[in-house]
Amino acid sequence: MLRNAAVVGYGYCRAKNQLQGVTLMAQSCCSVQRRQFLWQSSTAAGALVCRAWAQASQPAAEESPAPCAVWDVHVHLAGLSGTVAQRVARLLRHAQRVGVEKIVLHMGTTLVSHPKPEEFRRHNDEVLEAISVAPERVMGFVYLNPQYQQESLAELDRCVRDGSMLGVKLWIAMVCSRPELDPIARRCAELEVPILQHTFFRAGGNLPDESTPADLATLAARHPQTRFICAHTGVDWERGVRAIRATKNVYAEISGSDPTAGIVEMAVRELGPQRVLYGSDAPGRSFASQLAKVQGADIPESSKRLILGENLRRLLASALQRGKNR
Amino acid sequence: MIVDVNVNLSLWPFRRTPCDEPQRLVEALRRGGVTEAWTGTLDGVFHRDLGAANARLAQHCRQWGPGLLVPFGSVNPLLPDWQEELRRCRHQYHMPGIRLHPNYHGYRLDDAPLGQLLQEAARHGLIVQIALRMEDVRVQHQLMPVPDVELAPLAKILEGLPPLRLVLLNVSRANRLEHLRALAALPSVYFDLAMWEGIGGVAALAEVVSTDRILFGSHLPLFPLHSSLLKLRESELSAAQSEAIRSENARRLLPRKS
Repeated sequence: MLRNAAVVGYGYCRAKNQLQGVTLMAQSCCSVQRRQFLWQSSTAAGALVCRAWAQASQPAAEESPAPCAVWDVHVHLAGLSGTVAQRVARLLRHAQRVGVEKIVLHMGTTLVSHPKPEEFRRHNDEVLEAISVAPERVMGFVYLNPQYQQESLAELDRCVRDGSMLGVKLWIAMVCSRPELDPIARRCAELEVPILQHTFFRAGGNLPDESTPADLATLAARHPQTRFICAHTGVDWERGVRAIRATKNVYAEISGSDPTAGIVEMAVRELGPQRVLYGSDAPGRSFASQLAKVQGADIPESSKRLILGENLRRLLASALQRGKNR
Repeated sequence: MIVDVNVNLSLWPFRRTPCDEPQRLVEALRRGGVTEAWTGTLDGVFHRDLGAANARLAQHCRQWGPGLLVPFGSVNPLLPDWQEELRRCRHQYHMPGIRLHPNYHGYRLDDAPLGQLLQEAARHGLIVQIALRMEDVRVQHQLMPVPDVELAPLAKILEGLPPLRLVLLNVSRANRLEHLRALAALPSVYFDLAMWEGIGGVAALAEVVSTDRILFGSHLPLFPLHSSLLKLRESELSAAQSEAIRSENARRLLPRKS
């Protein structure tokens, strides 16, 4: 069971160092300052990232400049070694090499499939720490377990309403079509933040509490005011895209599968470019292979810009603006 | 200059991809800076008339990518008279190597017919490519689940053969590191990077098998060429390491004809 293996080696460290190319800031959960910083930095981000991309480019290859500031909505701390600060440094170093400007982290340094409240709070503390390490490049979604409804709502308030996080992450604690998720979905609509739900159409059948894109579409249909991100688009994306096609408040996120040619073309054709988001699932996946799904897609440059960053900035705009207005 | 050792012509049965027509495939390779592409045929994965599949492969390589596409024919050692396929690849089409798909053709690496084929290939100096998977087993078509090739017996088999130039295609995290290390300890076993995953993945693979055993492979047209290009950029490699992976290792394996 993931849960049992995951708690081994749990570490919590508040190391603060100078990272290569990243100015570290003292840990602070001050959401106002952080959100103001993110909002301001996002406006100048395009030039910054285009520069980074150009510097990393090598001649004679199919490596056109990044069309916009790339934001990655699906990155984890688990799967690396070291302190939180060291993990963030490594993630950002590799992200920068391929032109990814900002990353959204969710879940802590271990993988726990059915976390108890004290466990998901620890996970979220680690993400908050990661944000504090590099607030100009790291964002966070709060990890919740709908089996613990009240505790999850309290954690949502702590990390999003009163904290610096910008969305919700749900993994495999419960199939997401169940009514236990409704209070969380309603609260996210009030806070105007998205829910990113792991999904899989797994050959041979899903894990017991694992959701499919169809499950997410069911939940999303009950909550038209909430925006949902269909993480991995079911991995089997040809089924995943179809499952969410009719539910307009669900976005396809392309992380975590092989960089199969055609995934983004199909998503854009069936959903429109405004409903497709870049994510990597790093460090398990490379930033590179998942970026290639977009960079190598036979779609207009304007669509690539939407997928690589503009759509996510639009999804998070309310949360970022709220921080700015505080 | 890039030598891409993992390219295919023809169609995948379960989807069309943007570069699965020869002209577009060649355009993508040239645009990406690929100067030589070791090219198999997807027909060779699924067809039983491999004679026809290899003839088409040779003809299409000549027609669409002379000097760029280098054909690697398919041989299935479970088919009757596979030796004739090998002979044609070598003599008729002047192919420098062959590509094998043990999991799609239904044999294990320790099955006797493969041993005979490897013996013959070694005797004739052919490069042998073995594709360990073609797609993620978790999302395969429900009518055709194909498990990955089990690598465990391979190192021991190779120890009993004459020197053989072997390329393992689509090595992935599903393969056990101890098996990769054992194979890398043998002379002339190489690994392509098309399906190797994780941040900084190419550098991580180099720690397992060493830089001089990694070859640039794209798995085009099933993957976009961008994936392997960007993977190289994502990893922290020296210029020398990058050049080795892009072309020099492959060139050592298959020197350019003067």
